[in-house]
Amino acid sequence: MHKSTGILRRALVFAPALGLLLLLAGCAAQDYPQTTLQPRGDFAHLVDSLFRTTLLWATVVFILVEGVLVYAIFRFRGKPSDAEPSQVHGNTTVEILWTVVPAVILAFIAVPTVQTIFRTSSTPPGEVVEIEVIGHQWWWEYRYPGLKIVTANELHVPVNKTVSLKMTSGDVVHSFWIPQLAAKRDVFPKKYNPLWFKAEVTGDFPGQCAEFCGLQHGRMGLRVLVDSQPVFDAWVKQQQTGSPLVDAGKVPASMSDSAYRATGDSVMLKGKLAFMTGGCIACHAMAGTATAGLTILQGPNLSHVGSRTTIVAGMLKNTPTNLRHWLTDPQAVKEGSLMKLPRPLTEDEITNLVAYLRAHQ
Amino acid sequence: MATSVLEHSAVHHAEAKSGLWSWITTVDHKRIGILYGASAFLFFLLGGIEAFVIRLQLMTADNTLVSPEFYNQLFTMHGTTMIFLGVMPLSAMFFNYFIPLQIGARDVVFPRLNAFSYWVFLLGGLFINAGFFFNAWPNAGWFGYANLTSAQYSPGLNTDFWVIGLQILGIASIAAAVNFFVTIINMRAPGMTLLRMPMFVWMSFITQILLLLAFPVITVALVFLMMDRHFGTHFFIPAGGGDPILWQHLFWIFGHPEVYILILPAFGIVSEILPVFSRKPLFGYTAMVFSGVFIAFLGFGVWSHHMFATGMGPFADAFFSLSTMLIAVPTGVKIFNWIGTIWGGSLQFKTPMYFALGFIAMFIIGGLSGVMHSSPPADLQQTDTYFVVAHFHYVLFGGSIFALTGGAYYWLPKMTGRMLNETAGKIHFWLMLIGFNLTFAPMHILGLNGMPRRVYTYPAGLGFEFWNGLETVGAAIIVVSQLVFIVNLIVSLRRPRNAPADPWHGATLEWSIPSPPQEFNFPEVPEVKSSIPLWDLRRELGSLPEPQRVSGAGIHLPNPSYYPLVAAIGVFVTLGGILFAQPHFPWYVITLTGVAVLFYGVYRWAFEPAG
Ligand code: HEC
Ligand SMILES: [Cu+2]
Ligand SMILES: [Cu+2]
Repeated sequence: MHKSTGILRRALVFAPALGLLLLLAGCAAQDYPQTTLQPRGDFAHLVDSLFRTTLLWATVVFILVEGVLVYAIFRFRGKPSDAEPSQVHGNTTVEILWTVVPAVILAFIAVPTVQTIFRTSSTPPGEVVEIEVIGHQWWWEYRYPGLKIVTANELHVPVNKTVSLKMTSGDVVHSFWIPQLAAKRDVFPKKYNPLWFKAEVTGDFPGQCAEFCGLQHGRMGLRVLVDSQPVFDAWVKQQQTGSPLVDAGKVPASMSDSAYRATGDSVMLKGKLAFMTGGCIACHAMAGTATAGLTILQGPNLSHVGSRTTIVAGMLKNTPTNLRHWLTDPQAVKEGSLMKLPRPLTEDEITNLVAYLRAHQ
Repeated sequence: MATSVLEHSAVHHAEAKSGLWSWITTVDHKRIGILYGASAFLFFLLGGIEAFVIRLQLMTADNTLVSPEFYNQLFTMHGTTMIFLGVMPLSAMFFNYFIPLQIGARDVVFPRLNAFSYWVFLLGGLFINAGFFFNAWPNAGWFGYANLTSAQYSPGLNTDFWVIGLQILGIASIAAAVNFFVTIINMRAPGMTLLRMPMFVWMSFITQILLLLAFPVITVALVFLMMDRHFGTHFFIPAGGGDPILWQHLFWIFGHPEVYILILPAFGIVSEILPVFSRKPLFGYTAMVFSGVFIAFLGFGVWSHHMFATGMGPFADAFFSLSTMLIAVPTGVKIFNWIGTIWGGSLQFKTPMYFALGFIAMFIIGGLSGVMHSSPPADLQQTDTYFVVAHFHYVLFGGSIFALTGGAYYWLPKMTGRMLNETAGKIHFWLMLIGFNLTFAPMHILGLNGMPRRVYTYPAGLGFEFWNGLETVGAAIIVVSQLVFIVNLIVSLRRPRNAPADPWHGATLEWSIPSPPQEFNFPEVPEVKSSIPLWDLRRELGSLPEPQRVSGAGIHLPNPSYYPLVAAIGVFVTLGGILFAQPHFPWYVITLTGVAVLFYGVYRWAFEPAG
């Protein structure tokens, strides 16, 4: 009996240690691109250090209380034939003690909590990149009012610059979540919620809608692409071409029909025709077409869709094959998606559209 | 003459003893308890099947076992079912059966209202599930966040089934809560002061108060939503000047107390089991009572901790964060008192004790993760992720379900007169404990590593595959554990009665009468001198004689009645009619018919001789 309690005692020490190890193993962050445990932005760091404080206290309390519980379970096992144990009804001293001690521990969590609440509640002063985020069923729209850009699903930001997000929704409640850079904040129609962050490294950070928003909530992904300043500047320039917010989408002569005709680029002309006659124009803004200047349409601005790494809210890599799949039957790719084509496209139309869309870098 | 009256009543009661009709017309709190238990257990199994299909779908990345639509229905109905049709009515089974027995009463105060509550609950549960057959199972989450639930974004009947079904269930809950509240206030045996009530009765009492205060709020919210959907109002519709956040406030003002409605009965059950199997009274009885009261009180001041991501501003965040952390103090007191109860005891390892101890061990984990997201900035990462799913399953499964299962092993011998098999019980426990932890512990890791909730699938490459696969294995083990329980239950029910009145050396009054109890419970109303009356008696007498079944002649009992069922059907039709509220359809004819049936039922019920 003595021996077995010894083993049990050792098991008691090892079990939580093992659990922690497992947790840490489970947290090797490179395996989890969407992890909250490897912050890469200042906001996420504030949250993370608070999280680590709470985790530390939770672990201490966990080991102590579970330890005492398991100890008591083994220490006080009895047989029906044993004498009745002493009939203790309570003990005021220990009862006061175990009311006060947890309260004190909570204070160690409460103080940094309140500090962090206030530190995260307003954007730090200084120069910021302002971006408007609009949640839609089931994709994300971004507008850069200062830079005059409208884009979708992939948010480009410069490294080491504070980004200030003003977030709203075009339909139902969503939640914009970028775990490694900041955290999440719900977005509501007719209301603006803020979130800010400063990314500390360049890279590609996945995120996702975190508030249930209907059928395709599970496929409402996004990415944040943190660029070095020169890369970001180049991207901005590119996106401004034909942007609905710049001269109502007016495009340079090199992107006009006559320029296409002059170079004998019939695919672009045919693609554009399919874009008009296939109904795309009803939902998508597109440089060089009648909708170039519109920001009120139901679907994403496609003027630079070719420059994205993914399409359909992060669901598909932006490859010709995937684009073809998507245009062939959007409802088969993403059931219920609000991209409802007025008529199926022909093989030729799809081929031309794929080339046309991919050329819109 | 006196004898003939007695004979008559004996015959009358004998008649009512068996057959379907006797169950339909019963007003006996014990039978109603069994009805609650049987119905709730079936709903619980349904919710479990839903959960298992969810786990199968999430077993691998990009899985297509179920469609997104069906997945959304599954998680909506899993939550709705487990909360409103599983855990709450399983608690109601114990309220019904054991509150009167533990306070030494012959029935609840309003036996027919009790039957009415049950029938309304059953019809509400069937109604909310009926959508399945019309391809309209609710699909907007058990929390039904506006404005996704508006007619624009949720056309179709799915949300109507949910809104109306929950209103029906709310009526059942409020009626039952009134009944138990008044019963506990008025029907206690002589000598049973409030501070001598068994802890299960105390926690149940607090639960009834929570029900009475919380359910009207959700009812109001549901009525608003129904008006928005059918009658052109804009309570939650931003385009019309309404506010979706109003829904969230109303929902969680109900929703957080609801958490305590689900867990306080479990606290009570565990507080009954631990002393009995430690052979030692509950440690710190008074502290246990007041921590329960304090938890319930604070429970109404923390609701916005579900809304830290909505952007309430730093002052509201700080307030709700601190109030939430404060709740950890009385909750901690309870845990320490439970450990204090087993400390120095002579622990008897019977199945109920396994589950009670498992409850403490798991509930601690759920409590600690709860403290972790009471910190709003940290919660901005955790909310709406699998970390939160892990948290509340440690509280509601590791907590409520473990305790309710322990309660079943503890009290079923009293209810059925048959012992359950101990070996099977222990196998059940270990499978459930292992399966539970395999299923839910990895969810902490997944949530912190970026897996959101309520997603019908997840892409490969985010690192979610391994843990999700493991969780599904865990869920399969839970399924097996439940099968062990069902077999144990069936085998025990098919055997002749073998349970003594007091198989565990209990401390409370229900163990002083035969198993199962006779219809009138107590031949003589017992008198009580402490919170452990049976232990007092045993100490006095040395040992307790096995109580004999006696003739109930001369004991006044209420007559069976089917008017509660009629009235319940009236409620069902009244609210159900609103399902048909389409322009140009005379739905109000259905609703008015329901009102007429309700009035007829209540009228006849009111003038029916009581007994
Ligand atoms: C009824 C409106 C509608 C029509 C018509 C429509 N789209 Fe879309 N489109 C959408 C919506 C909405 C999305 C976002 C889908 C999602 O991710 O759920 C979308 C997404 C896309 C995307 C992916 C964009 C990205 O960056 O993720 C492409 C490409 C696209 N549409 C091309 C087309 C083409 C080509 C046509 C014409 C053949 C077309 N669409 C017709 C509404 C429409
Ligand atoms: Cu969403
Ligand atoms: Cu809560």
